[in-house]
Amino acid sequence: MFDVCIIGCGIVGAAVAYELSRYDLSVAVIEKENDVATGSTKANSAIIHAGYDPEPGSLMARLNVEGNRLAASFCDSLDVPHMHCGALVLAFSEREAATLAQLLQRGRENGVPDLRILPRDEVLEIEPALSGEVVAALYAPTAMIVDPWQYTLALAETAVRNGCSLHLETAVTGIEPSPLGYLLQTSQGFIETRTLINAAGLYADDIHNMVAPPAFHVQPARGEYWLLDKSEGQRVSRVIFQCPSDAGKGVLVAPTVHGNLIVGPNSAPSEGRNDVSTTAQGLHFVRETARKSVPGLDFSANIRNFSGNRAATEHSDFIITEPRPGFIDLAGIKSPGLSAAPAIAKLAVSMLEKGGLALHEKQNFIDMRKKAPPSGRVVCRCETVTEGELRAALHAPIPPRSVDSVKRRCGAGMGRCQGGFCAPRVVDLLAEHYNCKPTDVLQDGRGSHILVSETKRGLCTDTI
Amino acid sequence: MHGYDLIVIGGGPAGLAAALAARAGGLREILIVERDIELGGILNQCIHAGFGLEYFKEELTGPEYAGRFIRLLRETDIEVALDSMVVEITPELLVRVIGRDGERTLAAKSIILATGCRERARGPLGIAGTRPAGVITAGTAQRYVNIEGYMPGKCVVILGSGDVGLIMARRLTLEGAKVLACVEIMPKAGGLPRNIVQCLYDYKIPLYLSHCITEICGEKRVEQVRVARVDENRKPIAGSEFAIACDTVLLSVGLIPENELAQAAGIGIDGENIETATPGVFVCGNALHVHDIVDKVTAEAQRAGAAAAAYVKNGGAS
Repeated sequence: MFDVCIIGCGIVGAAVAYELSRYDLSVAVIEKENDVATGSTKANSAIIHAGYDPEPGSLMARLNVEGNRLAASFCDSLDVPHMHCGALVLAFSEREAATLAQLLQRGRENGVPDLRILPRDEVLEIEPALSGEVVAALYAPTAMIVDPWQYTLALAETAVRNGCSLHLETAVTGIEPSPLGYLLQTSQGFIETRTLINAAGLYADDIHNMVAPPAFHVQPARGEYWLLDKSEGQRVSRVIFQCPSDAGKGVLVAPTVHGNLIVGPNSAPSEGRNDVSTTAQGLHFVRETARKSVPGLDFSANIRNFSGNRAATEHSDFIITEPRPGFIDLAGIKSPGLSAAPAIAKLAVSMLEKGGLALHEKQNFIDMRKKAPPSGRVVCRCETVTEGELRAALHAPIPPRSVDSVKRRCGAGMGRCQGGFCAPRVVDLLAEHYNCKPTDVLQDGRGSHILVSETKRGLCTDTI
Repeated sequence: MHGYDLIVIGGGPAGLAAALAARAGGLREILIVERDIELGGILNQCIHAGFGLEYFKEELTGPEYAGRFIRLLRETDIEVALDSMVVEITPELLVRVIGRDGERTLAAKSIILATGCRERARGPLGIAGTRPAGVITAGTAQRYVNIEGYMPGKCVVILGSGDVGLIMARRLTLEGAKVLACVEIMPKAGGLPRNIVQCLYDYKIPLYLSHCITEICGEKRVEQVRVARVDENRKPIAGSEFAIACDTVLLSVGLIPENELAQAAGIGIDGENIETATPGVFVCGNALHVHDIVDKVTAEAQRAGAAAAAYVKNGGAS
């Protein structure tokens, strides 16, 4: 029996787990995939927004601005790669310049600090690669870039270190009320809990509907990206937005914490919640739109295209409600969800407390984390990742189970060769660690085997 | 700090021949830094024959070709640091190395970059679709099959007609896989004519010239690719598309000289000359430009070794 069970270990679930692990409570996180941060958290723009964009008075506005502040401190204490690089919203016409003034006003209402409008010359002076067509820009110095995987992992790992239990590869198939709370039917058996947090992202409506009458519907919207090599990483030094429209914040160009350049997203309907495919038209649109901001972008330096799904619903705001006592929905967490997550978590915990959950702070809460330093031979040439770092990850509270989950933790395979050289060695290390055959090692999720069989081996010595 | 006459970065065919030539040119203290656990470089996984026809006037496999140089090297006192990777060089000829035992910085009177090349991956092609397991470069597949002893797939479509892809078409076929097609965007094949004949035609593997893969499909593992004919601007022709069901896409779409060390140090490489823009730093083999056959790498590396020797013996003047 748990005090709190959290369904989903994306950024929102991990942030709630972290927040709850401060207290003397038994907490479990249930995740259907084999790693944390595999849904919307995995594939997005990796930006902690300043908060000038959401409608004043909305949950998104309040939680974004508060989340931005919290993220800055979490990233420091939990050793999450991040950079306080700031953001620019570009205007290319007088009409768009008027939009900037509105955003400035909105941002001030939302409590975003230090916003100001820069004239054309000043914009081009600090970002010389921008198009000369720009007429002005809104400057938001508190915008940050972050590694969303590391951010989620850091929060989840710290929660686990503080006693939270994480159940990976455990899908919730049914929920029933029980005398003390809720009984979860999962692919790994029954789990009973007093209270329940729905942080299931793209599947939040499915989970909600197991407990309460339907109230919202997840309508995933795909965003496609280009990720350019480090040779393009210095092209801009801030997050470069265009003026937002009804379709969202538009196509951005931004450095990443790994030194690459990210370009995207568009907004396209998804064929199902697992549909993270890219399309020729979508990528073309992103490329041409981005060139309006930064004309000199070299797309031949592309190292990866990807797309992610926004966990949007028919509601414009986040859905943070308690449709049944002890059951809290944290749903419709689209952008700025990554930015708002720590504030969403604090709100969820205060809702649980109001509902009667007693919160006693732990005496010995561990609130710091340090990634392993490089040691031993270099496994990944492009990113200079050492065997010592890989082995440390394999012995961390949430060890990687696949080649991609090693990549997300250590960076091996993330560089320009995309794992061409290091994947065989990572496969070896995983096989050795889990005492399995290389043919059992996965690229990423269930069923994504890299190798299909042994070679014929001729007259193999052990048969002679 | 200990100073070497020459540090050779890379122990493949270029590095081996360069070090031996520098020794023949009179250099005494030479170190080869190799990131793998043995010398030989990519030749170790090239178990097919066809190497050495020019240089040795006989047909050798890759490991045999490398072995001849490794044997010559063993007769010298040229130092070798295996399992060690150079992570930085400076214009002042300092070399930072990470090995099993940690990091050290070495000084050199000359440096030869013999770091080879890497394969172009899926990224630069911008192929749409999903990102399942089973999309793999030909060289990585070659390592899995020939060194590790594992098959990366059973039903394979090869994109690009570079030599490594062609060699792997034959190798995978011999190992029991079905190679369904080789798809090349250009109107003519990229690899050597002999490989087209011996690796594709001899095994009745169809070569689709002026075609490209427009989409990779499959959620966990590759399930199919969509292929289209392209026009003279290499754009897919509407209506020409067809699907091939497969579990693997092998990429053989070009090799890229690996010279990030020089780039990071601001050392210019022109892609043609063994001299870099920094006196005392030389480059040879596939790190300079991609060679069709290893014999030409050897010849070029020997020139680089001799040039480094002359440079050091002249007291730092080329």
